[in-house]
Amino acid sequence: MSVTTSTSGSGQEADKGTVRSSTQDERLAQVGLAQRLIVRPEIGAALGALVVFVFFSVITEQFLTLGGVATWLDDASTLGIMAIAVALLMIGGEFDLSAGVMTASTALVTALLATQAGLNVWLALLVSLIFALGVGAFNGWLVMRTGLPSFIVTLGTFLALQGLNLGVTRLATGTVQVSGMRATEGYESAGLFFASTIDIFGQPFRISVVWWILLTALAAFVLVRTRFGNWIFAVGGAPTSARAVGVPLVRTKILLFMTTAFAGWLVGSINILRFASVQANQGIGLELQFIIAAVVGGCLLTGGFGSAVGAAIGALIFGMARQGIIYAQWDSDWFMLFLGVLLLAAVLVNNSLRRRAERVRR
Amino acid sequence: MSTPLIEVRNVGKTYGNVIALRDVSTEVRAGEVTCVLGDNGAGKSTLIKIFAGVHQHDRGEFLFEGKPVKFNSPREALDMGIATVYQDLAVVPLMSVWRNFFLGAEPRKYGFVLDRRKAQQTTKRALAEMGIDLRDVEQPVGTLSGGERQCVAIARAVHFGAKVLILDEPTAALGVKQTGVVLRFVAQARDRGLGVVLITHNPHHAYPVGDRFLLLKRGAPLGNYTKSEITLAELTQQMAGGAELEALEHELRGVKAS
Repeated sequence: MSVTTSTSGSGQEADKGTVRSSTQDERLAQVGLAQRLIVRPEIGAALGALVVFVFFSVITEQFLTLGGVATWLDDASTLGIMAIAVALLMIGGEFDLSAGVMTASTALVTALLATQAGLNVWLALLVSLIFALGVGAFNGWLVMRTGLPSFIVTLGTFLALQGLNLGVTRLATGTVQVSGMRATEGYESAGLFFASTIDIFGQPFRISVVWWILLTALAAFVLVRTRFGNWIFAVGGAPTSARAVGVPLVRTKILLFMTTAFAGWLVGSINILRFASVQANQGIGLELQFIIAAVVGGCLLTGGFGSAVGAAIGALIFGMARQGIIYAQWDSDWFMLFLGVLLLAAVLVNNSLRRRAERVRR
Repeated sequence: MSTPLIEVRNVGKTYGNVIALRDVSTEVRAGEVTCVLGDNGAGKSTLIKIFAGVHQHDRGEFLFEGKPVKFNSPREALDMGIATVYQDLAVVPLMSVWRNFFLGAEPRKYGFVLDRRKAQQTTKRALAEMGIDLRDVEQPVGTLSGGERQCVAIARAVHFGAKVLILDEPTAALGVKQTGVVLRFVAQARDRGLGVVLITHNPHHAYPVGDRFLLLKRGAPLGNYTKSEITLAELTQQMAGGAELEALEHELRGVKAS
């Protein structure tokens, strides 16, 4: 009989918990709307963006002018394109530290092929796209194959690409930069796509802003409205469970790594066609900014939760703060302080959100 | 009598030189619950892993609907209609109930767009049919109680057309009330014509819903009874190992007295 006594004893304890939690359940259902809003991953970022916007609009004159808006949107756009892709990958439970240096690698491949090998810019862009997707697929394959943390694997590709960027550039040009894109064939037509401007109320806005908005919409749609999006959440939230019900874990994660590589290619192409030259050491350190923007936008570092729109807003906060500090004529050192505080606040908010959503009740 | 859904005759399984299971015979019929009882290490998991296609038996016969089978993967077993709900439930806590319900088998429009309305309504209906009334299928699974989560996993298996439902210790971590909810759910699945395999180490959970009881001890069958052949007391006695239990009772009485 001892067996049964002990089971029912622990059962009673658990039962008390049940009664308590079931009353909590009724309450939760009644405040459904507020609860649902709070659980939205991007709500914190949206409030933060509003505060930053109002703050700099009030204390500086240029911030709210058309020119000012165009400037900070431009700053946010390339960061935003990357942040969205990095957010998808983080929701899928992985990191990509090679994302920052990828923006330089792709620009270098395009520039070297166009200026040194004399390729048409479009063809050079295509080759560098294939290169980027290849590196992304390699990252994903290696992570899945070895089971090592993507943090370490992509740190390896990050360092390797950094070395390649400098080494190959020096070998090919004798310097650490590639320039002379303006004279290449196809520069003008490719520039229309990647580096032109659009006039709104007489103020030129960068086309990268359009790319950013389009990709945000696309990523948000894929994430919440498609089967692939469902799989992204699943492989990040509980990989073994996801595999058990038939989600193709390896394919999903490799595609996510290829997505960040694609974003790196897009930003690299925007940069090279806009500035017509590229430094071999560009892009280093940006990978952390992408992750910060994604986290500020509500992505969990542990995966399985987050939002593409949130990441875009995270990038917007970045752009607004960076330019706002310049308009306010403060020292740009303050930006780092701002960044640190922002990141800590975001992680704290995200953490409590996750506990709310993941709370285990028996 | 009709052909059983699953019938095993003297199946055995060895891992290297460890005999994990030997000479086990039982059957699972549509509309019946077969309970597999035993302590830790009795071979319960090995048996259900053979049913679920995770492992292959290397001795004896395994018949599915009268035909001998040997599944090479869980997918094959699933395709034949044998669904397994493991202890970890294969749910993603941060995802909503309906997303979990359809994970891996999402209903789609135009090939890739999720049919959210259909998924949400189907989830709500499937759970309601099994007697679980969730106010909001949009809430994360993590906010459900352990029993409710178990029920979602079972309802999912039933909805996707399982003929045999294998439940691995569904009541192990639950309180009395939650256990009741899950057992009622097991009975529901049985009444819908599924063959249920219920693994447990608690005869008090097994007896009310079970039709057939397979007792395992150290990889070998200790007994295989239909409900009419055994009482709850006998079942408990058998499980605890008869004489051992009496000795323990004596010992505990001694502790109390001193």
